Amino acid sequence: MADKTELLTGLAEIVEEVAGVAKDDVTAEKSFVDDLDIDSLSMVEIAVQAEDRFGVKIPDDELANLKTVGDAVDYVAANSK
Amino acid sequence: MSGLLEGKRLLITGVITDASIAFHAARTAQEQGAQVVLTGFGRMSLIERIAKRLPEPAPVIELDVQNPEHLDTLADRVAEHVDGLDGVLHSIAFAPESCLGAPFMDAPSEDVGKAVDVSAYSYKALAKAVLPLLSPGSALVGMDFDARVAWPAYNWMGVAKAALESVNRYLARDLGPHGVRVNLVSAGPVKTMAAKSIPGFGELEDGWGDRAPLGWDTTDPTPVAKTICAALSDWMPATTGSMIMVDGGVHATGQ
Repeated sequence: MADKTELLTGLAEIVEEVAGVAKDDVTAEKSFVDDLDIDSLSMVEIAVQAEDRFGVKIPDDELANLKTVGDAVDYVAANSK
Repeated sequence: MSGLLEGKRLLITGVITDASIAFHAARTAQEQGAQVVLTGFGRMSLIERIAKRLPEPAPVIELDVQNPEHLDTLADRVAEHVDGLDGVLHSIAFAPESCLGAPFMDAPSEDVGKAVDVSAYSYKALAKAVLPLLSPGSALVGMDFDARVAWPAYNWMGVAKAALESVNRYLARDLGPHGVRVNLVSAGPVKTMAAKSIPGFGELEDGWGDRAPLGWDTTDPTPVAKTICAALSDWMPATTGSMIMVDGGVHATGQ
């Protein structure tokens, strides 16, 4: 299992690159949609980048369940190789 | 063993994720020996990343079908990767929110105009842009959803698809003398990014598998991808202006 602090840092960098949200604002309790204002296609791009970077598969049905940054970190931590 | 599309050079539009029908068409075409060039719209960094997930990473050219400069330069930009084209897939559609899922009676004219422009007129625009690269025996294929009847929720997107079906016939008429075949693949519902953005997609897909004589799996794009490849191949040499139904047979039933 990957270190969650490292995953959060990595995920924040991806969110910054894809959606232009400052990475310091990407914290575990934030909602992608409600707090960070990320649209569905940006979410897909974030997921695809996370898959490539962390060696994890995020099926579309799972992606819909990842409401907060913390949800995503937990999912990647539990499923990365 | 050589593949169905051995040596074919294909231009494939409409890839946005690895769930896209166009992605699976590109994958299947490569498996059958084709060389594939993709076009992408909007999310170029995402599409370029997805293009690397094909069996053979494919180049991606930017194409907004409403941008005249993109269209005017398309043939030259494609020619940087391949020296001609044997087939082109049009898998492009868009409708504003007012046109899809919202009350049919309320959609304003300008929104309908945009839906028809992006989803139907673009088939002609793409065909014209790539014609200099096409030689006799090549094929255009467009993605359709049977627009001969009214569906739940599909609304003005259905009207745009009806226009696409007509554009298909006129393109077949005008490109036949060039030896170019033009056909639509009319697919049953497949769970793609585009499908999920249709409010009411559930109503469209509900019961499709029960109604289909052959059954239907909305999570399996392979039957549609294979049919696209068949239509792009040399094995439908006298078929043009047609709609090829890939829906498990739902269109043939009375339910």
